[in-house]
Amino acid sequence: MTFGRTDNSIVSRWWWTVDRWLLSAIILLMAAGVLFAMAASPPKALGLGLPAFHFVMRQLYFIPLALALLIGFSLLTPVTTRRVAIVLFGFFYLCTLSTLVFAPEIKGSQRWLFLGGMAIQPSEFLKPMFIVTSAWMFAQTKRKEGFPGTAIAILLCCIVMGTLLLQPDFGQTILTFVVWGAIFFLAGLPMFMICVLAVCGVAAVIGAYLLLPHVASRIDRFLDPASGDSYQVNTAMDAFTAGGFFGRGPGEGVVKRILPDAHTDFIFAVIGEEFGLIACLIIVMVFAFVVMRGFLKVMREEDPFLFLASAGLTILFGLQAIINICVNIQLMPAKGMTLPFVSYGGSSLLSMAMTMGMLLCFTRRNHYGSMGRPSP
Amino acid sequence: MRHITTIEFDGVGKRAVDNARGRVRVAMAVFALAFAAISLRLIDLGLLSGEATDKRVIAAALDVAPRADIVDRNGVLLATDLTAISVYAQIPRVLNAHDSALKLAGVLPGVSSEVLERKFASGSKFIWVKRKVTPAEYDAVNRLGLPGVGFQREVERVYPHGNLAAHMIGYTNVDGRGLAGVERFFDEQLRKEGPRGEPLHLALDVRVQHALRNEIASAVEEFTAIGGAGLVLDIHTGEIIAMVSLPDFNPNEPGTIANNPELINRMSHAVFEWGSTFKTFTMAMALDEGKAGFRDSFDATNPIRISRFTINDDHPKHRWLTVPEIFMYSSNIGTVKMALQVGTENQKAFLGKLGFFERPHVELKERGAPLVPAEWKEINTMTIAFGHGLSITGLQLAAGYAAVAGDGMLHPVTVLKKPVGYKPEGERIVSQETAYKIQGLLRLVVEKGTGRQADAPSYLVGGKTGTAEKAGGGGYRKKSLVSSFVSVFPVINPRYVTVVMIDEPHGTKKTYGFATAGWTAAPTTKRVIERIAPMLGVPPSDVPTHPVTHDMMQFIQPEVRS
Repeated sequence: MTFGRTDNSIVSRWWWTVDRWLLSAIILLMAAGVLFAMAASPPKALGLGLPAFHFVMRQLYFIPLALALLIGFSLLTPVTTRRVAIVLFGFFYLCTLSTLVFAPEIKGSQRWLFLGGMAIQPSEFLKPMFIVTSAWMFAQTKRKEGFPGTAIAILLCCIVMGTLLLQPDFGQTILTFVVWGAIFFLAGLPMFMICVLAVCGVAAVIGAYLLLPHVASRIDRFLDPASGDSYQVNTAMDAFTAGGFFGRGPGEGVVKRILPDAHTDFIFAVIGEEFGLIACLIIVMVFAFVVMRGFLKVMREEDPFLFLASAGLTILFGLQAIINICVNIQLMPAKGMTLPFVSYGGSSLLSMAMTMGMLLCFTRRNHYGSMGRPSP
Repeated sequence: MRHITTIEFDGVGKRAVDNARGRVRVAMAVFALAFAAISLRLIDLGLLSGEATDKRVIAAALDVAPRADIVDRNGVLLATDLTAISVYAQIPRVLNAHDSALKLAGVLPGVSSEVLERKFASGSKFIWVKRKVTPAEYDAVNRLGLPGVGFQREVERVYPHGNLAAHMIGYTNVDGRGLAGVERFFDEQLRKEGPRGEPLHLALDVRVQHALRNEIASAVEEFTAIGGAGLVLDIHTGEIIAMVSLPDFNPNEPGTIANNPELINRMSHAVFEWGSTFKTFTMAMALDEGKAGFRDSFDATNPIRISRFTINDDHPKHRWLTVPEIFMYSSNIGTVKMALQVGTENQKAFLGKLGFFERPHVELKERGAPLVPAEWKEINTMTIAFGHGLSITGLQLAAGYAAVAGDGMLHPVTVLKKPVGYKPEGERIVSQETAYKIQGLLRLVVEKGTGRQADAPSYLVGGKTGTAEKAGGGGYRKKSLVSSFVSVFPVINPRYVTVVMIDEPHGTKKTYGFATAGWTAAPTTKRVIERIAPMLGVPPSDVPTHPVTHDMMQFIQPEVRS
């Protein structure tokens, strides 16, 4: 693609202002996701009586949509993106709320809405929109004297946390809360409040341990693998050690055949077995690159909303990747969390495309530090 | 308006953002640490790889010790480690015992679903479903994709040549420990080197080994013997080029081998009275001590009677015999008289120097201790002179021949390949002149005497027959013979000693009922030499005889020359 610098069309302006490093890294992860789905998903598809490449085809079907969302969001002006995000926050919150009423129970929780034959998990989409909305609230507090932004953000947080816990989706709740806490922290949360929040977090974990039996059992099994069925996690470890540094070779893996969530939450283990730990290290580096690049972009922001929103989205992306990888390599207790862009799954892919589309939008250059000003 | 907004923003917002930048650095540091921890963990997992993650599996794997290969002198593989795959189940991880047992039994022949289900319910955490499955079975089990069912690579020792050199190579138990042969003697070294280490290079040549084993097996069958043994020894280096003991075994099936006395190594472990083959040493001793020369004669007219024994000749001539005649006709009487000339003490010293009173020095654990008379009186001197009353191994017999018919030095024998130009240490037994004379005498036996059937044309074989009765039941058993032939070839500048021994042969129509060495071991030796000489690079020669043999014809009475 070449665009003259004097070309003032929307696309040309986008090309010169968007962070192309970030964009490339994200597209690389999407491509890797398709490649790894080819390796990881056939046994699962065959097990369900579907064609071997059923999941690969579905992933490929979602890719254009994801690209459209990614680029579409990044083409918008930050103001438009913020408005869209707030509207979508309301929409997806209502969807999430409706899962409690309409959604069938799958594996012990209600997370999925079925719309026209398609299953979507509204909470996946809710996360980035909630982060952007909260970031706006915190920013508005700085901007307008007397605006009760912080109070609104705390209220929103309580509402969203409560809803997620009712599903129940403990992993998403923790993730969302931590990201929200992080932007609160960046927004200038006093040290005293940080401590209060940390205590709240710990209390929430202990509360969940005491009140939610499946959380308790997962943590027990992590701390003492012998105490119960740690099948997925143990098998994932077998996959890594079987693969070694160079892997068994694409398609040669055996662990994926017996790992129930090989194509989604445990895809990293399949990569470890078939492509080797060096491939895993490369993936980790790409994620680290995206996160660090995001943070470097954040550092250059002058506008409080853009600053907080980009930081929040970067943290959301990075934290989700870290949690997924840590569960795979047994550094954390098992938790249902997808590996951004790499795991199979339409909701996850599209929500991540929106997340990163918004991040690309908020980190574009030449808006003169103020989101109110039109680009020249 | 817009201008005012900017000022306001620059005032309040900018300070807030500056403060936040410091906090972003904190977040960046936290993320950097997390990614670093993940990378370290991945590297840690990589270093773990290759080791099974389950401790029970590790323990099972450690029991099998991988070993280095064993190869022959030309690098032909004699023993190697192959990886076999075994199927195990970690029962706590098996989701549906009944279903899993049925599916496994369906693809693994010999595995019963009932037995398997009982094992699943046994309360143990780890069981073997089937050891050493075929690749097809492995694939089938893998395709089942059953949780809790895993594969363990196991090392299996494989001997591609089967029985061929079983006694030499030996075998290992299921845990990969050497139980016999060089596998046992070099156990530590083979395990230390490991499967990718330097292989153990034996002096053995599988081609020679095959020819020797084949001929001895034919002889054992032809003469309906209980066993046989053979050896090919390099005179210059002491290397054992081939060693056969029959009956033998298949080292790939170690379960069938243990504690079967029939399977003793008849060359290095079992000791025999060798009979007349031993006379060569009496002759070498007498010649070297100067107690007898080719011109000298001894009275073999009458049997020797001493206490309750009578020493007779198998082919009595009832006359005085010259020294070459005594050897040629294998006269017991003449040999005894020569030994008496040398004397008991000299004989003891001489045989002791040859190492006949201790186990053979060779890199095998299967080494037999000689049976040495507790009291060495004159009668012992007399019987030992013709090979009775002192039992040694075939390996020692061959080493002795290599000394007295080679360069006069006793060199250590070895199963290991030696580098080109290797000069072993040695102890002088007889002078080179004596050794030269012994060569002539050995050739004489093949040209004119009891060993005529060993004469492989153009390979100039020299040798000596020996037919001993086995001791047993308070005396010697006339029908239980040990027929042997020790050859040296070519007899001028000898390069190899061979031993062929047939354990309890029986005569056939073809041999006119004879089971003596001249009719059994000698023709076998001929066939062996004809087969192995080309492999060993011994060129055919048109020299008809040994110069000494030629010269000693004058001491042999004419009538027997025809």
